[in-house]
Amino acid sequence: MAIDIGQFVQTFFDESLEGLDVMEAGLLALSPGAADLEQINTIFRAAHSIKGGSGTFGFSEVTGFTHAMETLLDKMREGSLVVTAETVNTLLESVDCLREMLVSLREKADIDDAQAENLRIRLLSLLEQKETATGAAKEESSAPSLTLPAAEIIGWRIEFLPHPQLMHSGNDPVRIFRELSTLGELTAQADCSCLPRLAEMNPEDCYLSWQLELHSDASHEAVAEVFAWVEDECELHIEPLAAPVPATPPKAQEAAASADKPEAPTASTDETRQGELVLERRKIGDRRQNERRTSAAAADSGSIRVSIDKVDSVINLVGELVTTQSMLGALGADFEMSRLDKLHEALDQLDRNTRDLQEHVMRIRMLPVSSVFSRFSRIVHDVSGKLGKQVELIINGEQTEIDKTVIEKIGDPLVHLVRNSLDHGLEPPEERLRQDKPETGKIMLDAYHKSGSIFIEVGDDGRGLDREALLRKGLENGLLKPGEDYSDEQIYELIFHPGLSTAKQISDVSGRGVGMDVVRRNIQDVGGNIQIASERGHGTKITICLPLTLAILDGQLVTVGRDCYIIPLLSIIESVQARNEMINRVAGKNELFRFRGEHLPILRLYELFGAQGAVTDLEKGLLVVVEADGRQVGLFVDDLLGQQQVSIKSLEKNFRRVPGIAGATILGDGRVGLILDISGLIRINPAM
Amino acid sequence: METRTTDLAPVGKRSPQREAVAENLQYLTFNLAGESYGVDILKVQEIRGWMPVTKVPNAPVFIRGVMNLRGAIVPVVDLRLRFGLESVEYTKTTVVIVVTVHAEQGDRVIGMVVDGVSDVLNINNASDIKEAPNFGSSVSTEFINGLVALDSGMVMLLDVDRLLSVEEMFSLETIRSSNARAIAHAS
Repeated sequence: MAIDIGQFVQTFFDESLEGLDVMEAGLLALSPGAADLEQINTIFRAAHSIKGGSGTFGFSEVTGFTHAMETLLDKMREGSLVVTAETVNTLLESVDCLREMLVSLREKADIDDAQAENLRIRLLSLLEQKETATGAAKEESSAPSLTLPAAEIIGWRIEFLPHPQLMHSGNDPVRIFRELSTLGELTAQADCSCLPRLAEMNPEDCYLSWQLELHSDASHEAVAEVFAWVEDECELHIEPLAAPVPATPPKAQEAAASADKPEAPTASTDETRQGELVLERRKIGDRRQNERRTSAAAADSGSIRVSIDKVDSVINLVGELVTTQSMLGALGADFEMSRLDKLHEALDQLDRNTRDLQEHVMRIRMLPVSSVFSRFSRIVHDVSGKLGKQVELIINGEQTEIDKTVIEKIGDPLVHLVRNSLDHGLEPPEERLRQDKPETGKIMLDAYHKSGSIFIEVGDDGRGLDREALLRKGLENGLLKPGEDYSDEQIYELIFHPGLSTAKQISDVSGRGVGMDVVRRNIQDVGGNIQIASERGHGTKITICLPLTLAILDGQLVTVGRDCYIIPLLSIIESVQARNEMINRVAGKNELFRFRGEHLPILRLYELFGAQGAVTDLEKGLLVVVEADGRQVGLFVDDLLGQQQVSIKSLEKNFRRVPGIAGATILGDGRVGLILDISGLIRINPAM
Repeated sequence: METRTTDLAPVGKRSPQREAVAENLQYLTFNLAGESYGVDILKVQEIRGWMPVTKVPNAPVFIRGVMNLRGAIVPVVDLRLRFGLESVEYTKTTVVIVVTVHAEQGDRVIGMVVDGVSDVLNINNASDIKEAPNFGSSVSTEFINGLVALDSGMVMLLDVDRLLSVEEMFSLETIRSSNARAIAHAS
């Protein structure tokens, strides 16, 4: 029976990518010097699973690479290799590289061999450093044996360094070689450099050592088996003989050289150079990885992991629904008016069942926000290192659940916000000390539910927004008018304006003035909004408010002429009947009305939408006060109908985006109703 | 009537695209203002009677609105208005032909309102499809793939991918000319 292994490949990728996340988290939690054994074990297990899986599916590049990582981790686990910042960084890079490799494989794209090879050599050099450091005095060639992928092996190179007393126990190298030659073509080269002068030589001792090359497809075990009798009495290194590889990258030789003479003064410079390389490469890697990630996110239809209890609860509810249905069926079979009560009861139950079912089915799509938050420890680790700032990341509420689609869309905006906080928000340590702040800056990430929405906060205790600088910029760009009094909110609002950056210096991390507008647009695309609170010298807090789900919203049905529209209930503040004395006309055209002591502009929906037969007299219709992006307007409609939950359907799929319309839904009578996009309406209105 | 025919006159700068394709092409034919048109039957998803649709604000006149097609939101285009013809009251024979339109962003489902469906036209020989004669540049023939001559008259084969391309329909030029025609008809 043939099993189609292809169907598991996707699972392998999913699991491996998850494994990489686990490794990343574990590595970040490792503190150099005092490593937690449990952490290392977790990382090791993840690496091991990836190696095993990739072997099964024949991704030999991944297998080889993971093997190198695994070896290093194994040494760490044994305690024979000290965990240093360098090892952790190299492993983190390897995780990145591996992630890229996996993504490339999934998309059947080419793998960047050079990068992988480079990193692998770095991993090896770490191993070698360890070996020279612990004084094992092994030759540098021993390490690579652990790392070459099995696929390329054409034979074995064996270094056989017998102890002098080898022959005392009746062993004879010649017999061993003869046995080896039965496995394949054997060439032996004796090293007689250790031969003492004749006068000092003990005829019963063995002074020779050998370099053997065995061309054979025999396994490592088979070769080692030959030496079974002498393994206690010699130094033995068996390494695979690879098919001729293109010139060894210079790095390897360099690493080998430094390993050869560990005390040499070049070692330290070598190390710093390596450090630079790490950074350099990370920059490129980061960028490329971001690109890949987004392309991957756009391309794959995605799968979702659901805990079994969520599925069970849905199954339970479906069971109840079936019961209700059969109850109704029985009632309907021979219905009499005397049983009207029972019918109502059953319909109530149906209503309840449907609502529960809907809620639980939605919950399947919900993922804890930790899947986004977890990548921030890495970003903070990387960026703070690059900027030379000390940063503590405080994460709260990572178990808050959000719809998968929302999670996917807010990942990048959040990264942007965190980077901004790191780069612009937090001051360098010296400056912080000068201002009597603790040297270590704080970045706070928080997620929580409040009144039917999800709130995500990104805060820092840095320098806060520079109100004066923003005001100046705003005046320069003509976004603000001189001489007017602006509230903090209005001024902070400016940072969302494209092309406006107060950063004095453009850095690699951020500060080009593009971005915040994109952040806001992304958030608005998923029906959320974004607010800023900031205090000079004490920090900035950005609050993102998101709908629980993209699929369903509570709506208020309104009529305009013959058409029916839906206003999201969340954006409605109040509906009022306008009276003439509340209304002011500015310059003949723009209409304002007084609401709770403020003057709000009126948007006549029928004018905006060109609707026929609508009420035009402000006193005869209704003003629905709505809020979006911190601005309030009165939408003028004919009448209010009921409130109902509507499921949002895409208008773009078969049509296109319509300004002022967020989407469509099917109403109770089967007709299509359009859902208003309040912030869009405010934006397209020329009067605003 | 006179204006109508010139507006619609089938002209063809394009050669029939189907020449290379194997035999046995099938077209659904329908009536529009006395003319016969055909649309590739593989593009047709279903035929429905006219039902009121929901108006979409600020859309060109020929987009009647959007309808609910078993939970999907589908735009409905009045083909008379799309061609700049006079609109008529919808009757019992007025139908919506729901077609799949291929676009760069993926396939879209769009309904088109026509006066009535007539028949399925079998074309056994691709060479029966004639290139439409060129009537000069004043008439838009970009939506006609070719002509088929029958005993009962001509059938114009429509290129719905172009005719109902949302990008094309929302191009400024299209909106301007169709609005101008609508005003002209009204006066």
